[in-house]
Amino acid sequence: MPLTPDEVRRVAMLARIELSEPEIATAQAQLNSIFSLIETLQATDTKGVTPMSHAGDLVARLREDRVTEIDQRDRFQSVAPQVERGLYLVPRVIE
Amino acid sequence: MHNANISELRAALASRKISSVELTRMFLDRIGAANGSLNAFITVDAGKSLSQAKAADARIARGEAGRLTGIPIAHKDIFCARDWLTTCGSRMLANFVSPYDAHVIGRFNDAGCVILGKTNMDEFAMGSSNETSYFGSVRNPWDLECVPGGSSGGSAAAVAARLAPAATGTDTGGSIRQPAALTGITGIKPTYGRVSRYGMIAFASSLDQGGIMTRSAEDAALLLAEMVGHDARDSTCVDMPAEDYTLRLREPWTKGGSGARPLEGLRIGLPREHFGEGLSGDVHAAVRAALVEMEKLGATLVDIDLKNSALSVPAYYVIAPAEASSNLSRFDGVRYGYRAPEYTDLSDMYCKTRAQGFGAEVKRRILIGAYVLSHGYYDAYYLQAQRIRRLVARDFETAFESCDLIAGPTSPTVAFKLGAKAADPVQMYLNDIYTIPANLAGLPGMSIPCGFGQGGLPVGLHLVGNYYKEGDMLSAAHHFQTATDWHLKAPVQ
Repeated sequence: MPLTPDEVRRVAMLARIELSEPEIATAQAQLNSIFSLIETLQATDTKGVTPMSHAGDLVARLREDRVTEIDQRDRFQSVAPQVERGLYLVPRVIE
Repeated sequence: MHNANISELRAALASRKISSVELTRMFLDRIGAANGSLNAFITVDAGKSLSQAKAADARIARGEAGRLTGIPIAHKDIFCARDWLTTCGSRMLANFVSPYDAHVIGRFNDAGCVILGKTNMDEFAMGSSNETSYFGSVRNPWDLECVPGGSSGGSAAAVAARLAPAATGTDTGGSIRQPAALTGITGIKPTYGRVSRYGMIAFASSLDQGGIMTRSAEDAALLLAEMVGHDARDSTCVDMPAEDYTLRLREPWTKGGSGARPLEGLRIGLPREHFGEGLSGDVHAAVRAALVEMEKLGATLVDIDLKNSALSVPAYYVIAPAEASSNLSRFDGVRYGYRAPEYTDLSDMYCKTRAQGFGAEVKRRILIGAYVLSHGYYDAYYLQAQRIRRLVARDFETAFESCDLIAGPTSPTVAFKLGAKAADPVQMYLNDIYTIPANLAGLPGMSIPCGFGQGGLPVGLHLVGNYYKEGDMLSAAHHFQTATDWHLKAPVQ
């Protein structure tokens, strides 16, 4: 089922990726060609098959609840696009 | 010296024939001379490398050297290395200097290895030709008009051209094995969870696995032994002690095996599905010849079925993008990496940052992922793909009842020309048809050179082992490489 330009716009919004009109057209064509490959999955009967989300059946490990990290704020913020007084700066969201 | 294997380099360092500084300088000079045409490295920092080499020399002088102390190796730019630019091949991280070391980097640093530089790669490891890198395509040292494969294309080209004795790589759908095949080197992806993913920039977390690219199985055994083992910082890292793969490398497969027939007792399964339509004749011929050699060494060949193999590619292109769309949501222009210079509000900043920071292939996969996970499509695509994944894993389970290792071609063709498949994502995705099944199942796989095809380009033999049987694969590969010299062939410089 081919994607419409509106569906491409919606997905791009969900993914927070700005697309220009020509990019939407290109994405639509490429996604549809990829989805025609993906559609081949539908022909297989998988009734009763448990989905496999991970290789090996992992058991979540627990650890002791104690502080393991040291404060490295300055170090980590040195690679941030914009910081001020130890805070990450973003455009104003609340007027 | 640049053709020496790692054991020979170790011996030279131990006997003071050469110092780590001299060795490092030699490889840095080779990189300096060749990188203009190959573009295998994104970052080289002679000062940092030489200071590590100096420390290694001091450690050797103190008599405290481990078996890798002083050996220079290159790292795929997906591994965070403290104070090194770590770009993941993306504009998004073009200015990211890592504040910490990945587990793998830490292990090699502790062992006394020297970081030779950070190698080029497909952006966020998404690609099979190394053409999606923000830092430009890598070229294949066997033919500069051809791709080296991907996504670990820079590591592959560097090892093939003898710019580094070895390089780390990562493999989500074939990203170690396919470039290893296309550049005539040895590459191994261990069992999922065997090597910690801590500090390895995430693409698809249930599939990503770090490994090593070398010129021989012997070198791979030595280096992989340093990488495996438990690390609590990766919750999916298996709690199993490290294994020294060098110990039984030379042992015959069974006690009854002799010097001439060391693989006596080894049953090699040949998946019918991997020798059919889509496999080019030259690759087929080289792989068949390698299998004949394996028989001469004592192995028995048995036909097996991996009947859901063809569905691996579409299942992968649902699962990997779904996980990627989630993993890459962290790149929002706030905490690190690129931020668009102009925007109107927070949402616009996210959208423009990601539009400008990511390249076309990464955006494509994020869009696929967001779509298959979105309301109304989750069951039809994502859950269905995960059910297919189970079927693929079961095929292997059944196959391993009648064989010990699985062998076939790593890639359907030899290296293709730059640009040949760049415009058609689906054609590009089909490159990984033989490698993806092992990732879905979480099994270890490797590629070893086994001959040459069209244009004198290398062909890789693909081996898949059962869970945690890296030692078996490495041993079989080593016996093959003891009897053949494909792995010793180097491109003309």
